[in-house]
Amino acid sequence: MAAHLSYGRVNLNVLREAVRRELREFLDKCAGSKAIVWDEYLTGPFGLIAQYSLLKEHEVEKMFTLKGSRLPAADVKNIIFFVRPRLELMDIIAENVLSEDRRGPARDFHILFVPRRSLLCEQRLKDLGVLGSFIHREEYGLDLIPFDGDLLSMESEGAFRECYLESDQTSLYHAAKGLMTLQALYGTIPQIFGKGECARQVANMMIRMKREFTGSQNAIFPVFDNLLLLDRNVDLLTPLATQLTYEGLIDEIYGIQNSYVKLPPEKFAPKKQGDGGKDLPTEAKKLQLNSAEELYAEIRDKNFNAVGSVLSKKAKVISAAFEERHHAKTVGEIKQFVSQLPHMQAARGSLANHTSIAELIKDVTTSEDFFDKLTVEQEFMSGIDTDKVNSYIEDCIAQKHPLIKVLRLICLQSVCNSGLKQKVLDHYKREVLQTYGYEHLLTLHSLEKAGLLKPQAGGRNSYPTIRKTLRLWMDDVNEQSPTDISYVYSGYAPLSVRLAQLLSRPGWRSIEEVLRILPGPHFEERQPLPTGLQKKRQPGENRVTLVFFLGGVTFAEIAALRFLSQLEDGGTEYVIATTKLVNGATWIESLMERPL
Amino acid sequence: MDCYTANWNPLGESAFYRKYELYSMDWDLKEELRDYLVAAAPYGGPIALLRNPWQKEKAASIRPVLEIYSASGMPLASLLWKSGPVVSLGWSAEEELLCVQEDGVVLVYGLHGDFRRHFSMGNEVLQNRVLDARIFHTEFGSGVAILTGAHRFTLSANVGDLKLRRMPEVPGLQSAPSCWTILCQDRVAQILLAVGPDLYLLDHAACSAVTPPGLAPGVSSFLQMAVSFTYRHLALFTDTGCIWMGTASLKEKLCEFNCNIRAPPKQMVWCSRPRSKERAVVVAWERRLMVVGDAPESIQFVLDEDSYLVPELDGVRIFSRSTHEFLHEVPVASEEIFKIASMAPGALLLEAQKEYEKESQKADEYLREIQELGQLTQAVQQCIEAAGHEHRPDMQKSLLRAASFGKCFLDRFPPDSFVRMCQDLRVLNAIRDYHIGIPLTYSQYKQLTIQVLLDRLVLRRLYPLAIQICEYLRLPEVQGVSRILAHWACYKVQQKDVSDEDVARAINQKLGDTPGVSYSDIAARAYGCGRTELAIKLLEYEPRSGEQVPLLLKMKRSKLALSKAIESGDTDLVFTVLLHLKNELNRGDFFMTLRNQPMALSLYRQRIEGRVAALQTAADAFYKAKNEFAAKATEDQMRLLRLQRRLEEELGRQFLDLSLHDTVTTLILDGHNKRAEQLARDFRIPDKRLWWLKLTALADLEDWEELEKFSKSKKSPIGYLPFVEICMKQHNKYEAKKYASRVGPEQKVKALLLVGDVAQAADVAIERRNEAELSLVLSHCTGATDGATADKIQRARAQAQKK
Repeated sequence: MAAHLSYGRVNLNVLREAVRRELREFLDKCAGSKAIVWDEYLTGPFGLIAQYSLLKEHEVEKMFTLKGSRLPAADVKNIIFFVRPRLELMDIIAENVLSEDRRGPARDFHILFVPRRSLLCEQRLKDLGVLGSFIHREEYGLDLIPFDGDLLSMESEGAFRECYLESDQTSLYHAAKGLMTLQALYGTIPQIFGKGECARQVANMMIRMKREFTGSQNAIFPVFDNLLLLDRNVDLLTPLATQLTYEGLIDEIYGIQNSYVKLPPEKFAPKKQGDGGKDLPTEAKKLQLNSAEELYAEIRDKNFNAVGSVLSKKAKVISAAFEERHHAKTVGEIKQFVSQLPHMQAARGSLANHTSIAELIKDVTTSEDFFDKLTVEQEFMSGIDTDKVNSYIEDCIAQKHPLIKVLRLICLQSVCNSGLKQKVLDHYKREVLQTYGYEHLLTLHSLEKAGLLKPQAGGRNSYPTIRKTLRLWMDDVNEQSPTDISYVYSGYAPLSVRLAQLLSRPGWRSIEEVLRILPGPHFEERQPLPTGLQKKRQPGENRVTLVFFLGGVTFAEIAALRFLSQLEDGGTEYVIATTKLVNGATWIESLMERPL
Repeated sequence: MDCYTANWNPLGESAFYRKYELYSMDWDLKEELRDYLVAAAPYGGPIALLRNPWQKEKAASIRPVLEIYSASGMPLASLLWKSGPVVSLGWSAEEELLCVQEDGVVLVYGLHGDFRRHFSMGNEVLQNRVLDARIFHTEFGSGVAILTGAHRFTLSANVGDLKLRRMPEVPGLQSAPSCWTILCQDRVAQILLAVGPDLYLLDHAACSAVTPPGLAPGVSSFLQMAVSFTYRHLALFTDTGCIWMGTASLKEKLCEFNCNIRAPPKQMVWCSRPRSKERAVVVAWERRLMVVGDAPESIQFVLDEDSYLVPELDGVRIFSRSTHEFLHEVPVASEEIFKIASMAPGALLLEAQKEYEKESQKADEYLREIQELGQLTQAVQQCIEAAGHEHRPDMQKSLLRAASFGKCFLDRFPPDSFVRMCQDLRVLNAIRDYHIGIPLTYSQYKQLTIQVLLDRLVLRRLYPLAIQICEYLRLPEVQGVSRILAHWACYKVQQKDVSDEDVARAINQKLGDTPGVSYSDIAARAYGCGRTELAIKLLEYEPRSGEQVPLLLKMKRSKLALSKAIESGDTDLVFTVLLHLKNELNRGDFFMTLRNQPMALSLYRQRIEGRVAALQTAADAFYKAKNEFAAKATEDQMRLLRLQRRLEEELGRQFLDLSLHDTVTTLILDGHNKRAEQLARDFRIPDKRLWWLKLTALADLEDWEELEKFSKSKKSPIGYLPFVEICMKQHNKYEAKKYASRVGPEQKVKALLLVGDVAQAADVAIERRNEAELSLVLSHCTGATDGATADKIQRARAQAQKK
């Protein structure tokens, strides 16, 4: 089911199995038939670790979505609520439970908090007079969910907002907990590096928790050599730019949720003769995207401009493979051909899907507006005209382009100029408020608080220094066979990944000056290992570094890290963990004021 | 070695029983044992003695002394008994002494005579008095059963979780039963009692008469009954001098033996070993001890002194004023090796090793003999096993030496059984030392487990020995050393004569950062003893905030708890403290406390107060008077709202909730151009955006005339390309072309291409000699019609390259 998780350098299936075991143990605690009532947000992440079949094996017969009033009727012995510890959800649960008592046979209620049991929520249930109705109240420490062979995410959408706007460290605490779980399974990570305020806090919590757990930890040979904790606010620039890898573009245009994407169905209509396109499917086409699919694994991290040639090459290979059947003469040959058929058919299906997706994306990327937007972005990132009001942005506002797009561009300009001149900033803000409504004052305020939008302090622009020292802008990009990570943004090398790259070679000491300009402290901690567990590295053996992005990571950054892992003389392989997989749009959206 | 089997006594054909001395008792008893109430705990546990003045019906003026000794007779505690008359003593599985008083109150004492707690066996007992009581052990813990003066039984199966069960009445019971005992079947405790010739079984629901199968006739009374250690077997002693042995279910008889003694025995206990087929009962009279089994003969011992029998898992301990002995069936491995003229592989191996030490070649002969039979592995195993059952270290050593010798000739003998036996024996010898006085056998030790043994050592305050054992066995720190140190610390905090500072320092010195020590447990104990300051000092060392914070709250150190919770980063913990604080403090103090903790304050606002974060942000903006922009924007917003309301009144159309931009657009769409312009001026909408706005609105209206007029009103600040684009969007090529000619040279090519004039676009591009534009035009050349244009471009390109 999840073999692709074990392909990487670190077998993340171990983690998946561990969380599955925990889930099974909980389900078995509630004997008899069960119905699960889901906090809808959790269904996506849970789908990655346990399919319905697993639940079914443990007598889960019905599934409902958590909503007010009565529960739907179900002839089961147990009702289990799977919820995040949120107060508003507790109110709904209480409503469910109270309306339940009056009818039908008595059923047992249980509640499973994901990822942490909360005293506050239990207090609320108690206040509502239903706490006693629950037989089992447990927590399910699903902090880091394996997404792919080298990718873990907490899928906690509010992490960045909570940390930077609301000074709420809950998600950092969960991140630290998740890292402890990881260390319990994969051994203590000997070295921790970090940059940023939140990184510092997570490292502190980890060290603290390690003290709490001492004595009970298992002696496991460490799988990870280093941990790099990076605050998103150290690199606010990268997510704002439009990702130009295949996977990144799919996410930018259609949005990838829990490794699934929903696409317009027209392109995927089965092509049958005489059908005349009578009944085009109306429901969106849902596809799972991960490296279990061979073709996708190959193209996901390529610059989109390099995808076409791979697809056409693949098409030739596959049709050549199908041609083989004409050459198969002997029974043995035919048998061999037939045995390969399922694989070939799967490959053909996958090729067809991705060709369709590529066509869909191409429609967007060849549009003039996309080109104009990209040009502006690239001008900003290479440091051209960042201190003036940009007419493209003005035009976008005037034409009422989506607010998120506009904000993303303004923020990008602000970040690339270490803040905007007061006059420029006020102009943009006034334009936005007049066009989109004054209620967005709060959103602008949030963006300012998060540092995405700000007046330039002291009139100095430090971005050019950073850009030059870290070589963030590369003029000679080879999109087809890249030599540098800058290919993921066709010129811009993501700052966060550059930091990771420089950490492994030659080390951060060489860039002390820039590190001081970037916000938050940078630090290094060692976690001593018992002598028996210290690793003797074989010559040529790569280090494994876990890079944890606190506040979100984009697919392009992941692609860049994968590119570094694959470099022959790189010396480091990366596993990526994050609080949430984001792109510029979802990220800005998480900072926007929600309608009341 | 000849005399090794001297203390072996055969019983029947296949079994031997032996009795050997464990200790000569260290105690100095003033009276005979029969004058005491005696209770000895199983598994080599402590012995409690209480002079029983009440039995002799003397005046209770003399206060008796309760004494507690180790199994070797070392005094552990001694205290004056100040409570009421005691009927029975017994030890619980946790080695707590239960003293059942005549009034039904049970007093619980620790091993060192420290009073723990008390409970009552029910009100009914108050009037009727307790006649007799038994303390028994089941897999659920230790239970107490009492017989009241009204001849009713009350039972509690677990004193740790006291649930009294009053057993049903036995019909027609006038006098106390001649003997009774507790059975435990299917996890239910039952009482078996004998009244005259009848036996009754009481469970919590009913009383039923039972008859043991195959009992010889003529019985008019049962004098004693005994249940085996595992509750599997039952023995009955009748007034005919007959001993009936069978299963405890009374369904099967094992054997019967007539000892021809009619005097009631003082004690009768089972003596069997787990997994052995032999069953035997030890019966004691004043001066006689008899081992009876399924054999025509019995083994007889003479008792020189008053003795007391303690049933064990694999034998019987017998102690008197001067000695402490152990009687058990000789284990198979020992029997095979030591039986006279035994040819068992183990016996040969032991012999071989001895010859080897004597440097005799016979060693080789013996070894060959074993090897020829292919029994060397078995021989080694036998020697290892037999070593475990030996009490004397020299015998253990010679058996282990033999095993080690035999091991040399085996290729692949897994060493762990040998190593483990060596370790176990070392531990056993250490605790059997009379200073410690826990005479565990190997089987008992395995049954008890090392964890429980360590607990018992801790209970005896033998911390150094316990730690040594942990270190020797390399137990994980959390189960071993840390746990023991924590117990030591808990004991330490109870020493009231030492100052807080000294205790805290001593504890921290010894425990340091030993992993897995729960400082909060120790602190809780200190708090329990009323030493709050000490508890707080100790809590400083606790690394787990989850443990630290609740205790601090309990001790009413809320502010300290709050800062600890914040330090931990666990927000849920912070909430807990906040909720607690909110109930505890008045509102003013509460906010004063929060003021110094910004994180707590923001968490409080966010979740507990339930205030919407947005409002907070807005309020923040207001309070910050310095934020002129926000203030201005808010003013504008209010101005717009007022305006919109007026417009709604005048024009009868909805304007509220529209942005300024949308308001102006709506006005234009409705044809209120004047008002629109006024509004734009009032709010100083920049020219560029106003042009875009008008352009979009007019195109939406498809008011091409007005659009053209507007385009000519003055020079467009946004150029004319947008005009072309918007016309094309509305599919009005005709209008679009009008504006295409006015587009500036920079964007002219784009505009011309938009309206589909490829030829002219090519001309412009060639004229401008712009490579990018040339290729753009080229990419638009499709079909035959544009063929000529394409050629033209190619030519221009070639020309440009020549230059």
